[in-house]
This record gives sequence, structure tokens and C-alpha cells, in this order.
Amino acid sequence: MLEAFLYFIQQTLNGLTIGSTYALIAIGYTMVYGIIGMINFAHGEIYMIGTYISFVVIAGLTMLGVQYIPIILLVALLAAILVSSSFGWAIERTAYRPLRGANRLIPLISAIGMSIFLQNYVVLAQGARDVAIPPIITGGWTFGTSDFEMTLSYMQVMIFVVTFLCMFALTQFISKSRMGRACRAVAEDLKMANLLGINTNRVISATFVIGAALAAVAGLLLGLYYGVANPHIGFIAGLKAFTAAVLGGIGSIPGAMLGGLILGLTEAYTAGYFSTEYKDVVSFSLLVLILLFKPTGLLGKPDVEKI
Amino acid sequence: MTKNLNHALFTAFITFIVAFPLLGLNLKPSGTFLTVDPEDMGQFVYIFSAVGIVFFFQLFRDQIMGALGKVPRPSLPERAHLSNLPQAQRGKVENWFTFAIVVIALIWPFMVSRGSIDLATLVLIYVMLGLGLNIVVGLAGLLDLGYVAFYAVGAYSYALLSEYFGMSFWLALPIGGLMAALFGFILGFPVLRLRGDYLAIVTLGFGEIIRILLLNATTVTGGPNGIGGIPKPTLFGMEFGRRVKEEGNTLFHETLGIAYDSSYKVIFLYILALLLVLFTIFVIRRLVRMPVGRAWEALREDEIACRSLGLNRTAIKLSAFTIGAAFAGFAGCFFAARQGFISPESFTFIESAIILAIVVLGGMGSQMGVILAAIAMTVLPELAREFQEYRMLMFGLMMVLMMVWRPQGLLPAKRPHLELSDVK
Repeated sequence: MLEAFLYFIQQTLNGLTIGSTYALIAIGYTMVYGIIGMINFAHGEIYMIGTYISFVVIAGLTMLGVQYIPIILLVALLAAILVSSSFGWAIERTAYRPLRGANRLIPLISAIGMSIFLQNYVVLAQGARDVAIPPIITGGWTFGTSDFEMTLSYMQVMIFVVTFLCMFALTQFISKSRMGRACRAVAEDLKMANLLGINTNRVISATFVIGAALAAVAGLLLGLYYGVANPHIGFIAGLKAFTAAVLGGIGSIPGAMLGGLILGLTEAYTAGYFSTEYKDVVSFSLLVLILLFKPTGLLGKPDVEKI
Repeated sequence: MTKNLNHALFTAFITFIVAFPLLGLNLKPSGTFLTVDPEDMGQFVYIFSAVGIVFFFQLFRDQIMGALGKVPRPSLPERAHLSNLPQAQRGKVENWFTFAIVVIALIWPFMVSRGSIDLATLVLIYVMLGLGLNIVVGLAGLLDLGYVAFYAVGAYSYALLSEYFGMSFWLALPIGGLMAALFGFILGFPVLRLRGDYLAIVTLGFGEIIRILLLNATTVTGGPNGIGGIPKPTLFGMEFGRRVKEEGNTLFHETLGIAYDSSYKVIFLYILALLLVLFTIFVIRRLVRMPVGRAWEALREDEIACRSLGLNRTAIKLSAFTIGAAFAGFAGCFFAARQGFISPESFTFIESAIILAIVVLGGMGSQMGVILAAIAMTVLPELAREFQEYRMLMFGLMMVLMMVWRPQGLLPAKRPHLELSDVK
């Protein structure tokens, strides 16, 4: 009985860990969608690049003889954010901005092209093989009996804390800062915001940069959690995160967080109680089910069409 | 100038950030550790010259763009001379044109090498897929990112039917199409009430689900190992191999009393694909002129107006989805027969993306455009085979550049419209 309970708690913890990183990536999708109504397909690749950069920094600093782990992590985090944000900015500028106002399929194709391009850019630059990094943060707390031991690793705690801090900072930024207010205004009505003197191009760029920065954080966290990366991890993570964004109601930031957590938990429970192979099938089926009963997602605003 | 300088410095900095850590520092595993290995000097020269080029381009952007502005932009010739002709005459010209293309396509394989025919067959498969997806995306305006799932259903239908029931290609072809249509119907029924982008993600998820199911149902589908030894199509019971594989069949070269040549099989497959494509084109051309086809386009243009005119939105969308899926099923069946071996590897998302790119690149809703785009998307990467490693990179870049330069596609669809001859 106790074992079963501990097993359940363990799956919940695993689910929340994965789910909170999905939520971080999902915010990038949902913010971009909320503002310009396009699916930024290349967002998953930004996450992948974040993982690679943090690996480069961690390996580099270790080679240089830096021992103090918080310093390594901080530098890796900052570098990943810097590089990923630059990618986010550059992608928006080159592949999406010239297409503003076109049929909504056009930016989507451009984004898919960009995703393929970035994936192969990393393949060419770093090779297509898996790169593995030795665990930096080890250990954790264990509870339970000799039959089943439940572990809450320090790594998981770090993921919870960092994700929470990021979400908190983002919420504060969106609700308090001048740029955040501009973001909300542009999401509400782009044309009107433009008329009122908001530099919408800047706001859109900022959205991409913020989304990319959060994806980079997720890249670092998941990279350390799994310990391996390859140039193709971006696609499936992006797909999951996008599912999370749609699940929570695309365009809504709390929705993305909620969707990420629900998706992570669903996956963990499926993997824990049913089968690992079919966890993706179950999460996509869940998406279809939720959309059937609530077509705008859990927290999405109903979309009223005006004639 | 200072504004340009600031901007140039900023973009050069971004270029450096984007290029340096990934291109300049290489991750190398050494034992249990991961080390960073700086690239040789050559790589750094490239990176810094790229940064320099971006810097100077942005610095003198106004001058460069000014100079470029004087050069006329490349644009494909519009079919102006055709549209000037009166309606009846134009139809005649177009018919002759189509006829000529079909004749050339029929004679052509007898004159070129085996490799080119093989490639042409592949192009024709993509034409079929593009035309099928064109119904869903181009005509009905439904964004389907999981089209490859129906292709997979068609391919696996034939593979499984022939493996377990020994069914021939000709019997399996309609069944494959029907199976794909059935899947399209089952998927479409619940999800077509969703708005555009939700539909995109659900179809994308569906494509993944089908792939995962194929990958994991190892006992039936062979999982990642796929299914091999799928028999090739026959012509009235005549096989094209050197020896008879199935009892009761005869051999093509023996029946005709000619020497065996392996290229007969390739040419036969090509002509079969061509016939399938012609069938597809014919059916779709008819459908577009039927009430249901008109309803697709009307629904794409204005959903609210359609509903207020009493059109059944779900039924119309569902018909487009199902018919589009059926053509993918045919294409899948043919693909399985041509390859002789299929595995879930062939049905990844990238295939869906390529097919969608064909539709959009061709100019949505335009059949001629889809055909041109299918040729471009299949032949160009094939020509770039020497640059194997850069192939997909260039492919992605090309998709972005095409969208930036010619978002309306190669040959945008022309709306059928009435012309009043008296009014000028």
C-alpha cells in the first residue's frame, strides 16, 4: 500500500519535472501566437540550441578548471540565454518579419524551413551523434521502504525552483513593466497598438527574445536532467510544448504553464502505469479529447468572430 | 549614418553570437567527460568573414538596396497571352498543351537513363501527394500537418494485405485508398469543428500517433524493421522480374517474346505512376467544378457567409479531408509497391512538411503549380546529392527564401470568373 503510494508520488514528481520544462518552452509558442497568430515552428530548435550551448559552456569551464558548480551553472545559463535569444531575434528578423501580413500558411512554411535549417546547422556544426555530459548535480533525498525507494533528486528540485523563478519573473514583467504592458496591448489589438504609438516591431522582437530565453533555460535544465543531447531533440520537445500550449489555450500564458504540467503528468503516469512507448499517443489523444469538449483549450479565451 | 552604424554593429554582434559557439567550439566526448575542442583557424576565418560581410552589408544597406532596386526583380511570366484569348479558344489551347505534355511524359522514359526514370517516378508520387493535400489545404483551406499519416495507411494497407492475404496490387490499390479515406473520416469527424491552428496541431499529433503505432506494433508491422518483399505490380498477371515469383503469373518478356531487360519494370512503374497522376488530376478537376468543390473554396474564403447560406460546414470539410486522404492512400499503395520495402522511417513529419511545402510553393489551389513545385522539391535535392551533408540545410533555407521572395507560389491559382465582353 505504502509502496503504491510512493510509486504514485514518484511518478507525480517526474511528471512535474518534465511538465515544468514543457511549460517553459510552451510560453514561447503561446506568446508568439498571442501576438502575431503564427506557429513558430522553429521554437523547438531554439531549445535544442540552448542545450548545446550550455553543454559547450559546462564542458569548456570544466576544462579550464573551474570547480565551483554554481558559477558553472550561472555562466552556462547566461550564455545559453544570450545565444538562444540572438537566434530568436535573428529568426524573427530574417524569416518572419518580411512575411508580416501574408496568408497565415506562408510564415508557417517559412518556420518549418527555418526549423529544418537550424537542425541541420547544428548537425553540421556539432555532428549528428548524441553528446553526453557527466552529471553535475548528483544526489537527492530518498524516502520509503526497502521494497520501493522514492527519490527526489537535487536536480529535480533545481528544475522546480528555476522554473518557478522564471514564471514569477515573467508574470511580473508582463503585468508591471512598460514593455509587458505593450506586449499585452499588442496581443489585444496589433493595429490599434500601432496607432497609439507602440513600436509593434520592437514588441514582436521582444516576444521572440523572451520566448527564446525561456526555451534556453529549459534547454539547460532538461540537458542536465537527461544528460544527453542530439540535434533532433528540438522537434519532439517543440511538438510537446506546442501541444501543451494548445492544451492550456494558445495565447494564454497561465494556460501554457497549466498545459505543460498536465502534459508532463499525463506522460509520467502513462509511462509509469501503462507503457513508455505509448506515452506520446496518450498525450496526443488527451489533446484531442480536451479540444473536443473545450475547443479553445483550458484557459483560452473564446474567439468571437466579428463581421 | 550613425543609425546604420549602430545597427550594423548590432547585427554583426548577433551574427557572431549565432555562429561562434556552435561552429567554432566543437563538443568532443573523451572518456566519461565532455570536452570542448576549438576548430582550426580556417573555421574562424569563415566565421569572422561572415561577421564582416554582415557588418558591411548593414552599414551600406541603403546604398546596396538602392543599387539592387534598379535591377528588375525576377518574376515568372504570367500567362497573359492566354488570358487575353476568348474563353472557348483558351480552353482549346490549354487542352492541346495538356495533351502535348502527356505525350511527352509517355515517350520520355524510353529515351533516358534508368536513374532518371526512377527519379521521375518519385516526382510523380509527390505530385500525387501534393495534389491530394492541395484539396485539403489549397482548396478547403484546412491546415493539415499530418498528411503523411494517410500515406502511411495506404502503404501499410498494401504491405499487410499482400503479406497476410496475398492480395495483388490491383486489388489492394482501391482498398488502400478506401482505408486512408476511412482514417481521414474517423479523424476528421471529431476534429474538423476546431479552428485552423488547432486542426494543424491535432493532425500533426495524429501523424505522430500513426507512426508510433506502426513502430510499436511489432508483431503485425515488424516495428522499426518494416515490411519487406512487397510484390511489385503486375500487368494482366504478367510479372516484370526475371523469374516468376508468384504461381499463376507469367513473365512480361516471355509473353511478348522479347529479351529480358530490367528497365521494363522501371518504365512500367513510371507509366503506372503517370496514369495514377492523370487519374488524380482528372478527378480533382471534375470535383472542383462540382458543387462540393465550389463549396470547398467558398468555405475557405468566408466561413460565416457559407453558414448563413445554409451550407453544412462539417460535411464539406469532412468531404475535403476524406477525399484528400484517399489520394494519399493511393500514393502510399503505389509507394509500397515501388519500394518493395516500407518502414515507419519513410513516414516522418518531414515528409508532411515537404508535401505541404509543395502545395504552398506551387501556389495554393493551383494544380499546375503543384506539379512544378513537386518537380522542383524532388529534383533539386537530388541534383545536390554531391553536397549530401548540406542538402537538408539548403532545403530548409530554400523554403524560407521562397516564402520571402514569392509567397504566392510559383503559379498562383486563377479563380474561375465570368467576363462580360461588352463592359470595358
